[in-house]
Amino acid sequence: MSPGHYLALSAILFTIGAIGVLVRRNAIVVFMCVELMLNACNLTFVSFSRMHGNLDGQIIAFFVMVVAAAEVVVGLAIIMTIFRTRRSSSVDDANLLKY
Amino acid sequence: MVAAGLAAAPSGVEKFPAPIVEYHLVAPMLLVFGAAIVGVLVEAFVGRSHRYRVQAPLAAAGLVIAFLWTVYLAGGLAWTGIGFLDPDEKAFHAAAMGAIGVDGPTLLIQGTILVLACLSLLLIAERRHSSFAAQAAALPGTEAEQETMASGFTQTEVFPLMMFAVGGMLMFPASNDLLTMFAALEIMSLPLYLLCGLARRRRLLSQEAAVKYFLLGAFSSAFFLYGTALLYGYAGSVRLAVISAQLGRDAGSETLMLAGVALLSVGLLFKIGAVPFHMWKPDVYQGAPTPITALMASCTLVSAFGALMRVYYVGFETLRWDWRPFTWGVAILTMIAGAIIAITQTDLKRLLAYSSIAHAGFLLTGIIAVTRDGLAGALFYLVAYGFTTIGAFAVITMVRDGGGEAAHLSRWAGLGRRSPVVAGVFSFFLLAFAGIPLTSGFTGKFAVFKAAVEGHATPLVVVGVLSSAVAAFFYVRVIVVMFFSEPEADGPTVVAGPMTAAAVTLGVAATVVLGVLPQPMLDLAGHAATQMFVR
Repeated sequence: MSPGHYLALSAILFTIGAIGVLVRRNAIVVFMCVELMLNACNLTFVSFSRMHGNLDGQIIAFFVMVVAAAEVVVGLAIIMTIFRTRRSSSVDDANLLKY
Repeated sequence: MVAAGLAAAPSGVEKFPAPIVEYHLVAPMLLVFGAAIVGVLVEAFVGRSHRYRVQAPLAAAGLVIAFLWTVYLAGGLAWTGIGFLDPDEKAFHAAAMGAIGVDGPTLLIQGTILVLACLSLLLIAERRHSSFAAQAAALPGTEAEQETMASGFTQTEVFPLMMFAVGGMLMFPASNDLLTMFAALEIMSLPLYLLCGLARRRRLLSQEAAVKYFLLGAFSSAFFLYGTALLYGYAGSVRLAVISAQLGRDAGSETLMLAGVALLSVGLLFKIGAVPFHMWKPDVYQGAPTPITALMASCTLVSAFGALMRVYYVGFETLRWDWRPFTWGVAILTMIAGAIIAITQTDLKRLLAYSSIAHAGFLLTGIIAVTRDGLAGALFYLVAYGFTTIGAFAVITMVRDGGGEAAHLSRWAGLGRRSPVVAGVFSFFLLAFAGIPLTSGFTGKFAVFKAAVEGHATPLVVVGVLSSAVAAFFYVRVIVVMFFSEPEADGPTVVAGPMTAAAVTLGVAATVVLGVLPQPMLDLAGHAATQMFVR
């Protein structure tokens, strides 16, 4: 398979993630969709790394993984807190701040 | 090729060059991060009742020393013989193997961020009316929360978190490659997401603000990253200079390049809160603890604009004719939408959030000029706006009733009769936002609009002036409510802690000085802009 196929796959994954963020209601699922988008970026980096024949992209993928892990820590802490307060993790219920 | 790479690996390992880091050039960032890490250790090893007395001076010392070092670096750049007319290439520094740019505009932006962070620190460290939850883990309305409130402890984790955020803010506009920029973006944002959820009062709003900021912020940084990935595919490197050179050669896939630039811009415009990526701003500014709102409205905005300017001026400078129409549209939408939606607001923090959106639009007009004057004008505007906005949010923390801050506009009715000084100071800040002459807001707007006219963006300036007029309406409406309506019987009182009062005083002083005697600061901004951004 040529690296182009991987690029197409990563674009599809990124789109699925972006649509998921927009349509899903559960904060955890929304967050998982964001992680899917980050992983799609990683696949893009690695494919381009292969196409260009330099290692920058692979190293960037490691950085992104670390950042994504840090983001999980912060994100789950915030979602946990709001779930304990409201007994709901639906983003539709978080509607006190508007207009 | 892979086999050749593997065969060469053993000898390659020995020859692997150790990266050179010019520690003295990146010292301001290292100092701030160092203070943050020491702050984490203080949380672990110092007794709860002593923590505040250790954490607050530690954070202040970190910021002040980092600022002095930044001034020293800026002075060093000036002494190495950069005249206004003949910028010497050798004076440009790209530290840490070219990952961090140390140049005039960046040093000015970093110095501004550090000074504004000191002012925000005054608000954060205020003990007379703390804005932070005694313990974030204690649920709102439970016995555990009552106990922690009664015990009189305050959350001191705020200080290291704030220092990490400030460190990220210093790195964001200095990053010369998109990977460093992405890391800085996350270092800046992750502590801010947490800080947003730590308010002492109205905790449901605060937690909701944190969730919204987090989900939208993570969504936008994913766009930033995908843009970076596509530009890497286009240029074979994430270094801004290499991307720029590749654009100059006009080689590679144009689709990849345009998609990358667009997605990267989404991520950056989200951080400055430009329409249509502004939806988070009112909610987060309203829900977050007010000192954190002040930090975000000043330092984060300065930092994000610095990064935006670096990307557009260094990376995509040759692509100017492609991104300018897009940025024109965004600037016009931002100015108009910010000013018009603000008219209907009844909450003061929300009103200032929409005002901040409109100001982001004014700043964008300066950036679109892509001239040294435009850069200098935008730098001056950022300094002036940062001081004024911290002062305004500081005043909001002072006007309080039984439920904490009385941020609803109707509660401020008649404040001018009850506390004329506070109401007068707030009116002064609002007039500075509106851009009345003899305030810093006027000088800033004038500098930006002048540069935009010279950069052939006159229609933008017309829209800018018109939306300034609309914006003046709602600023004056607040002043009318404060001075020309009857005070309520159980209206809010003014509680002025010493540190908050100091922050307000400094905010007023900067707004007056930059309005009446703007020349030294204009010269400084102009001098910084002569060097442009290093590649």
